[in-house]
Amino acid sequence: MNPGPFALFKWEAVAAEWPVFATGFGTTALVSLLALLLALALGLAFGMAGASTSKGLRGPTRVYVEFFQNTPLVIQVFFLYNGLPYAGLVLPVFAVGVLGVGIYHGAYVAEIIRAGIEAVPKGQKEAAASQGFNAWQTMVHVVLPQTRRIVLPPLANQAVFLIKNTSVLAMVAGGDLMYQADSWAAGNLYYGPAYVVTGLLYLALCLPLSRWVRRMEKTSAVQA
Amino acid sequence: MIQLENVDKHFGAAHVLKNINLVVAPAEKLVVIGPSGSGKSTLIRCINLLEKPSKGRVTVDDVELTAHKAYVHTVRESIGMVFQNFNLYPHKTVLENLTLAPIKLKKIPRAEAEASGLGYLERVGLKDKASAYPSQLSGGQQQRVAIARCLNMHPKIMLFDEPTSALDPEMIQEVLDVMTDLAKEGITMVVVTHEMGFARNVADRVIFMDEGRIVEEGTPEHFFTNPTQDRTKLFLSRILR
Repeated sequence: MNPGPFALFKWEAVAAEWPVFATGFGTTALVSLLALLLALALGLAFGMAGASTSKGLRGPTRVYVEFFQNTPLVIQVFFLYNGLPYAGLVLPVFAVGVLGVGIYHGAYVAEIIRAGIEAVPKGQKEAAASQGFNAWQTMVHVVLPQTRRIVLPPLANQAVFLIKNTSVLAMVAGGDLMYQADSWAAGNLYYGPAYVVTGLLYLALCLPLSRWVRRMEKTSAVQA
Repeated sequence: MIQLENVDKHFGAAHVLKNINLVVAPAEKLVVIGPSGSGKSTLIRCINLLEKPSKGRVTVDDVELTAHKAYVHTVRESIGMVFQNFNLYPHKTVLENLTLAPIKLKKIPRAEAEASGLGYLERVGLKDKASAYPSQLSGGQQQRVAIARCLNMHPKIMLFDEPTSALDPEMIQEVLDVMTDLAKEGITMVVVTHEMGFARNVADRVIFMDEGRIVEEGTPEHFFTNPTQDRTKLFLSRILR
């Protein structure tokens, strides 16, 4: 008789071999963290460039944002994993994850930062300029601090998308949570519990962030 | 102190300043009046180069700002500007609004900048609001803070771009009082305003602008008792009721 996809002994197997999932969870968390830092750094640089008055700075920003927002993440990661070796550059799969996901989400972060900077009233920049601040000092001391409250909720939202998107690594044997669960289940066909546990682990990473976004949006709605 | 020579300004097809020549002496109190759209605000914003003239020269304190791009920021440290909409930094407290530029630009120690800042807040009657945020203040209070913010940079020149136009009527006087008090000092003041009482009492000289040109200039006495140009007479008859 068929024991069904969620038979008790399959759950027991997941519990017994929990380190497989813990390893994947750790990799996913670390790739997410590093990719997020990369996305923030790229997003801040390209976001500020995109909000500048110089066409020479805005042009490259548009190319970066449009290219990475309008091509699939999967192709970008496959290119890093399968394409770059032909150019003599073999990246460890962990680096492929950090770079691929980080650069992809950096394009979205750049747009969030740019919109946040542009939401600060023009009079603020004029006041700073009239006091003698140059463009960079105005950005650091006057504009960016006012941008923070505007951009935090959408940035946290991006972090949620980023964490989920690290699962693309499963396609290139990335050792992340999705890959670990999938390859473990491929060996014993205990897919049901493996995927449920994996889903719950992603939920544990993302749900607190989502809840925090909700709370931030409520408080800023009250303040506005 | 301030010299504008043959200054022209275009915004696209609009020709908003037409061959402006103007000299403001040290310690002079100059009031600029005129109908809306006459170029008053653009004129005052050309003095600290917030608007870059399309043509002509702007010289402040012997530095030609239209030639020395690098010096513009430094010269601006000695030119305070008060805006119609206050433009206080909303993420900073009142006292931090006063100390940000002195600390970051003039490298004045925080304690010293705060001490002088509190002095100026006392002078505009808002010492008790030092730790409040701008959003907690009335418009009149915000504008007085904006003036104190300029003063804490110890400027040689103060520019006022319609400082009372965004205020409720009962708050206009408290701002004008602060400006009148300030005018007793040796500071150079250029004031764009519709407050004719202030112009009459405080100005050394009044200029009247229309359609991008300086149409008439003279002492307040000349202006309010014996204007020569028809355009000036028409404007004054409409505004003085």
